[in-house]
Amino acid sequence: MNKKHRMFVRMVLASLLRRRSRMIIALLAIVVGATILSGLGLIYYDVPRQMSAQFRNYGANVIFTPSGSSEMNQTEIEKAVAVFPSDKLEGYTPYRYENTKLNNLPVTIAGTDFSSVLKTSPYWHISGELPDADGKALVGKKVAEKFGLSTGDSISLRNSFTITEETDLKDIPDYEIFTDPKTGEKYCDHTLDLKISGILETGGSEEEYIYVTPDDVSYLTLSSRSCDIVEVSVAASKDELKAYLDEINNKSDAIEAKPVKRVTASETTVLSKLEALVLIVTIVVLALTMICVATTMMAVIAERRREIGLRKALGALNSSIIAEFLSEGLVLGAVGGIIGSFFGFLFANAVSMNVFSSTITFRPLLIPAAIIASVAVTGIACLIPIRGAVDVDPALVLKGE
Amino acid sequence: MKLLELKNITKRYGSLYALDNVSLSIDKGEWIAIMGPSGSGKSTMMNIISCMDKPTEGQVIFDGRDITKDSRRKLTEFHRDKIGLVFQQFHLINYLNAVENVMIAQYYHSMPDEKEALEALERVGLKDRAKHLPSQLSGGEQQRVCIARALINSPELILADEPTGNLDEANENIVLDLFRQLHKEGTSLIVVTHDPEVGEVAERVVRLEHGKIISDKKNKQFIE
Repeated sequence: MNKKHRMFVRMVLASLLRRRSRMIIALLAIVVGATILSGLGLIYYDVPRQMSAQFRNYGANVIFTPSGSSEMNQTEIEKAVAVFPSDKLEGYTPYRYENTKLNNLPVTIAGTDFSSVLKTSPYWHISGELPDADGKALVGKKVAEKFGLSTGDSISLRNSFTITEETDLKDIPDYEIFTDPKTGEKYCDHTLDLKISGILETGGSEEEYIYVTPDDVSYLTLSSRSCDIVEVSVAASKDELKAYLDEINNKSDAIEAKPVKRVTASETTVLSKLEALVLIVTIVVLALTMICVATTMMAVIAERRREIGLRKALGALNSSIIAEFLSEGLVLGAVGGIIGSFFGFLFANAVSMNVFSSTITFRPLLIPAAIIASVAVTGIACLIPIRGAVDVDPALVLKGE
Repeated sequence: MKLLELKNITKRYGSLYALDNVSLSIDKGEWIAIMGPSGSGKSTMMNIISCMDKPTEGQVIFDGRDITKDSRRKLTEFHRDKIGLVFQQFHLINYLNAVENVMIAQYYHSMPDEKEALEALERVGLKDRAKHLPSQLSGGEQQRVCIARALINSPELILADEPTGNLDEANENIVLDLFRQLHKEGTSLIVVTHDPEVGEVAERVVRLEHGKIISDKKNKQFIE
């Protein structure tokens, strides 16, 4: 750096550091602009994640069903679930449905994993508790009303099946063998005694089932076949979700992964509208910020018309004055951008905590983006008044006119 | 040897004649005081000589070269190389200290050199105030910084507009002593002033009224 460059830096720094009160006003305008800009930027990029997490309260957005005649065994399910990144996977719950009888009336039971059921169905309202062991049942509200059941009651499910030569009854302790008087066929009534731990209320079809553990279903049906459906809750955008499901469907012959259209479609609609709203607000704020910074810089530069006149009287060319004043603006823009991106994160975090009750995800790339935007806005905002100011007649301004 | 010639200079603002067919010749090393009441055309003449303004008619010949038709950029470069300016209101940059205010003239002229700038301040008796901001200097000290800034590029002509107008008597004397010293060293000086005392110490006094030169006399102490 030669002496001329050193003097240039010395002048720019002197202007910034020794005119503190003026510069703080300009810096404040830039910091406010950069704060709002980077804050809205963070919110704009974080809204899909936040909304996606919010939508997970409305239930699973993906289901696995058996592909063709294959069964979905546990290994296949785990392989499929492993496609989703762990930070995006909220949970998955298998369901196995079987028809059985309660008080000689048909009911449908669902075997499920109660440890994960609330991750995929957080909207379930349970009066009582989830079953925590075999021999306990969660009864849907409609079933409970139909049979006059309440928490703490005991029920006995009965499953009838024909006994053939292949039927092995030795492991079943409580069966009774009957003979059909017309056909002569032998059949057995296999019963499962359960205690009701809670009543399930959802306002949906879930109220028509009795939920038990998978082992209890196997016991009652004398069959340990795999589940019929797996509900998966994934916090991902529409495009991400499609990519994951395509991968699963390509990899697995046993599983067909599908989005729950009711959930994903409304999620996509709401998200796209919200993104558009935030984008419009960001653009409007950017424009207002630019006007605010430009006005402040215009005022700051207008105050220095005499200095510009003096520099011209000392032999400065317009290009040289533009370079000096623009450099001051760019340094201010960069400093404002750095401070603004820090405050922008705090601002976005406060908004996120208030609206979504969760912290914002820090995106390091937004810092250089905020600084570049801040420098660009300040540069453009400075350039307009500087270009006007360099046309001052030094003879006039130095005379005080 | 002629340094500057104004030939039939007229400057019109609409129908108003700020300078009306004025001719003036200044030799190298000469010290001229331009005097006259307000509105007589002193400032207009100074602006034309300092290349900050152009005449409506006439020629300005500086060091044998007609600069009347030069572009704005060429005039800026020309005045940067040849002329040092001293202002009534000092016009120092308030966030630069004394030495930096001197160096800024070097910066636009060629290459800033702090050592040379300090020497210029030493010449006006302000070396010990080099790191002071203008707000920390008295009016006389600020004017001396202004003179050091005008001198730093060794100009052929120092052009001073009411250099003692804002100074008390003691500081006026300091500034005039500096001008005497510069004159002795052969620097050409044009001083625009209201002050008869300043006019008296100059070598030659040119009086203007209504845009015309009404007298052009050498002061008696310079008549051999």
